[in-house]
Parts: sequence; C-alpha cells; structure tokens
Amino acid sequence: MNFDHADVQRLKEQAVKIRERVLEMCHSAGCGHIGSSFSIVEMMTALYFRCMKIPRSGVKEAERDRLVLSKGHGCPTLYAALFDCGLLPESALEGFSRNGGILEQHPSRNPAYGIDVSSGSLGHGLSIGAGMALSGKLNGEDHRVFVIMSDGETNEGSTWEAALFAAQHGLDNLVAIVDYNKMQALGKTRDIIGLDPFSSKWEAMGWAVREVDGHDFSEVVPTLEQVPFLSGKPNMIIAHTVKGKGVCFMENDLLWHYRCPDEEEYHKATCELC
Amino acid sequence: MRTAFVETLFELAGNDRDIMLLSADLGFKLFDPFREAYPQQFVNMGVAEQNMIGVAAGLGLEGKRVYCYSMVPFLTFRTLEQIRVDLCYQNVGVTLIGVGGGLTYGLEGMTHHAIEDIAVMRALPNMTVVAPGDPLECRALIEMSARYEGPLYVRLGGNNDPVVHKNPIAFRMGKGIVIDEGKDLAIIATGTMLQKAKEVSDLLSDRCVAPTLVSMHTLKPLDRELVRWCGERSKYLVILEEHSEIGGLGSAVAECLFETGWGGRFLKIALPDQFCKDIGRADYLLEKNGLSTARIFEQIITLME
Repeated sequence: MNFDHADVQRLKEQAVKIRERVLEMCHSAGCGHIGSSFSIVEMMTALYFRCMKIPRSGVKEAERDRLVLSKGHGCPTLYAALFDCGLLPESALEGFSRNGGILEQHPSRNPAYGIDVSSGSLGHGLSIGAGMALSGKLNGEDHRVFVIMSDGETNEGSTWEAALFAAQHGLDNLVAIVDYNKMQALGKTRDIIGLDPFSSKWEAMGWAVREVDGHDFSEVVPTLEQVPFLSGKPNMIIAHTVKGKGVCFMENDLLWHYRCPDEEEYHKATCELC
Repeated sequence: MRTAFVETLFELAGNDRDIMLLSADLGFKLFDPFREAYPQQFVNMGVAEQNMIGVAAGLGLEGKRVYCYSMVPFLTFRTLEQIRVDLCYQNVGVTLIGVGGGLTYGLEGMTHHAIEDIAVMRALPNMTVVAPGDPLECRALIEMSARYEGPLYVRLGGNNDPVVHKNPIAFRMGKGIVIDEGKDLAIIATGTMLQKAKEVSDLLSDRCVAPTLVSMHTLKPLDRELVRWCGERSKYLVILEEHSEIGGLGSAVAECLFETGWGGRFLKIALPDQFCKDIGRADYLLEKNGLSTARIFEQIITLME
C-alpha cells in the first residue's frame, strides 16, 4: 500500500489532535499518566488510522484486528483514538475519570467501544494477546493481535512466560510493541531494572524483532506493514520513544508520569501543540 | 474424581471443537487419550501457570471454552491476580480444575497441600466455587460447566473417592443435595469429606440419632435456603471440610446461620490454621487432624453429650 509524504502529514495532524484531547481529558479530570499516554501517540495513531483493521460495519468479527493495551495507564490515548475513529461516544469521553463517570483510568473491556481487553495491572496483556492469537490460528482466521506494553512492564516475569509460549506456538499473528521510553514510575529503567540489550533478549526468546523511532511515522508505518516479519515467529517492535513526547517541558521528566497539569501548565502545553 | 473429570471432558470435547484443555505440565498419562483424539484441543502450557490463565482468558474472550488443569496450590495461589483480573473481572467462562485439594498429596509436603484455596476463591467476585463430593457429582458438574457463564473453580481430591450417591442425582450449581433427612443433628459436608460424612452418619444412625446429611458441593454461591432449612430442623449442626477452619464451608455456613438467628450448637470439623506438623499420607494426616471417620464420630458424640 502506498505511503507518501501526504499520508505522513495526515497522521501527524491526527497525532496532534490526540495529544490535545489527552491533555484536555486529563486536565479536566485531574488525572495523571500524561507522560505515558504521550509516548504511545504515534504508534496508536498509526495503528488506528492506517495499519489496523478496526471494528466497523462491514468488517467481520473474525477479520478485524485486536488490540490489547497492556500498559493500561496509557488509556487516555486509547480513548482519544477510539473517539476519533467514531467508536467511542462523546458521552464516554466526558465521563472519563469522574464520580458517576463512564471510563476509568485503566480500560475495561467494552466491545461496543472497541475496547477488547480490561487492563491496568502490568504483565497480563501479552498472555491474553497470545491466547487471542492462538485462537485465531486454531480457527484459521486472518486477523492480528497487537499488544502494547511499557518498558517497566517487562520487569514482570509473566511477560517472559508469555514470550516463550508465543514463540513455542509460532504465533506470527501476534505483534507486541514495547513503548521503550526508558523511564518507569520511580526513575530511569536502566537504574531500576536495566533491559539492554533488549532486542537480543526477544530474539533469544524466538521472536522476530524490529526497532523503530516510535515517533517517526516514516519508520513506524512501514514496519507495521511488514508484519509478519518472519513466518512462524511472533513479532516484536521496540519503539524508542520519549516519555511526555510532544510538549517540551513534559519530555523525559519523571514528574509527568503522575502529575496533572495545573491551569498555567495546561495552557502552555496546549499552545505548544497548536 | 479425576477420572470422572477426564472421561466427561473427553466426551464433551468430541462434540464441541471449541472446548480446550490446558495443563500446566501436569497429569502424567492422564490426558493421553484426549491428546490423541483431539490434538488441536489440548495444550501443555508448561510450568507457567500465570501465563496459562492469561492465555485461557484470551482464548475464552475469542469464544473458546477453556479448562485449566493443575494442582490446587499452583492453579490458585500463584495465579491469583490473573484469576482476579483476567477471568473474574472480565467474567470469562473458564473452568479451573484443581486436583489435590486439602491434604491429598500428603507426603509431598505443604507446597503441595491446599488448605486455603476455598477461602481465597470465595472472596473473588464472579467466581463460582464447587467441590464435588463424589464421581457422580463431578460428572454432572463437568457436563454443566461446558455452558456455564463466568469463571468456575472446581476443587477435586485425588482418585480414590468412591460413589456416595445412589444414581441418579439432581445436580444443580448452587443447590446442595439432601442425602438423608433426619432430625436434631445435621451434617453438611463438602468435597472429599462427603464419603466420611456418610460413614459417620451411618454410625450415628446405628447408635443414637439419624442425622440430616447434606452434600454442599457448591461453596459459592452458598445454598442459604438449604442451610436455613437444616438449622430449622436441628439443634446441632456439624460442618465437614478438608480445608482450613478459616474461610471455607464452615465459615460460610456459620455466617449464614448467624444471620438467620439460629440458636443451636455449631461444630466446624476442619483443618487447623497451620501447616501440617506431621508427615504422612493423606489418611494418616487427616486422622492426626481429627478428620478420620472415627475421630469425626467421637467429636460429634462429644458435641451432643
């Protein structure tokens, strides 16, 4: 499929819209996790607006791709993408993270909204995704299963159980993406549980691995479109990203894992995105 | 009961290609016929129980009917968060088959004992907890499980449980089975204790009183109506379970009875809140802990004196 400068531009514009909406949602709800939501924007934009077969009328259940947001705390980005796809109603967005609301700060499964799996506790999504991928293989279905994980999440041992299993069963319809922004809740990943050499760990587990600049559509899209990378091997995309990407004063700052922007910060951020 | 489970599932799997059996690398030779007949419906998940539950959830969300098999402690404690979040919160119809409830694997030591599982599983929203009392209950339960909505925990013993019921039984999830209607004394047993409950009941009938005997296979949801009914006709109520005195059948029944304002004498015959102090096979350990037929009989006689 053709992918040119105009397509990149369109995706970049969509990414800005998502960041604006995430900022607005989090500010209005008083919630954090902006840093974690911003680092996956380009990847989620590429998936929902270009590379994934999303649920819509005419698309059979067996054909559509599935997405597991295993780093569930990045859900503001998921919600913003689903809204722009026309899957999530405005009322749900307005009901984000408030008393009597509709959406929590981690996703709950809701097929009507396009949310495939509940998440929030790290280390679960790759196993669940592997199960969905296995079902697809057994049924002879064509769809892919995308699992978005955080780097800190791969501290969880269950990640590696799932990795070994996926390779054993040749789940080449499974695409795991690690949002490698090199920061976790209390500091840099290398100071807590160092992951490097990360790519070779996944290769050693029997996966086919690609590394991309997670904010560059001209790398992200062609890579996603090469799936499966190697027949019979599950796919790993290590996306090198920046926590808080998109707003200068939020980038690579641990504070923005938790912090909700105050009025001044909110306006400063919004202006920068425009 | 393990045999009843495998045979029943084998029959079901032949008629339903969506049934899948996952094992955490346990069940030597047990699943050979299943694997040969339905290779696409069996997966040895390896010694990775958390992944087994997560994969089961993924398969279940895609419409497969999944059974996860392992020994009780590895199936329920190691995997507790996966059970809670992946299965219970999403209400996925996965059946957990735990073997070795209680002290079944006696000589293997405490890592292979399971005295806390009913307490833990009961506390999870959306979880149904059943400990079948004999192979007939087990068979009926497994048949029903293929259509059951939501997660289900089945607690089995080993493979030495005789048939207690006379054929046929009316098995319903959440409804206990009255085996004998007596008066003054009611014995409510669950799972592996059903056989001993019947033996004790027969001894008591010969000696002094014909008790009401109930098989309470479903721990959650508890058959509160039946508990109330037992209370109404009995001055003494005895619980038998191969589980800790904390949080099992005894706790569930006691809470219920207290809420109905029952004023009788209650005795929980269960395992103490400790890891086994002795070493031995299941029947030896049970005897040491007051759960043999003879010891149970003595305790009930003492209660009623």
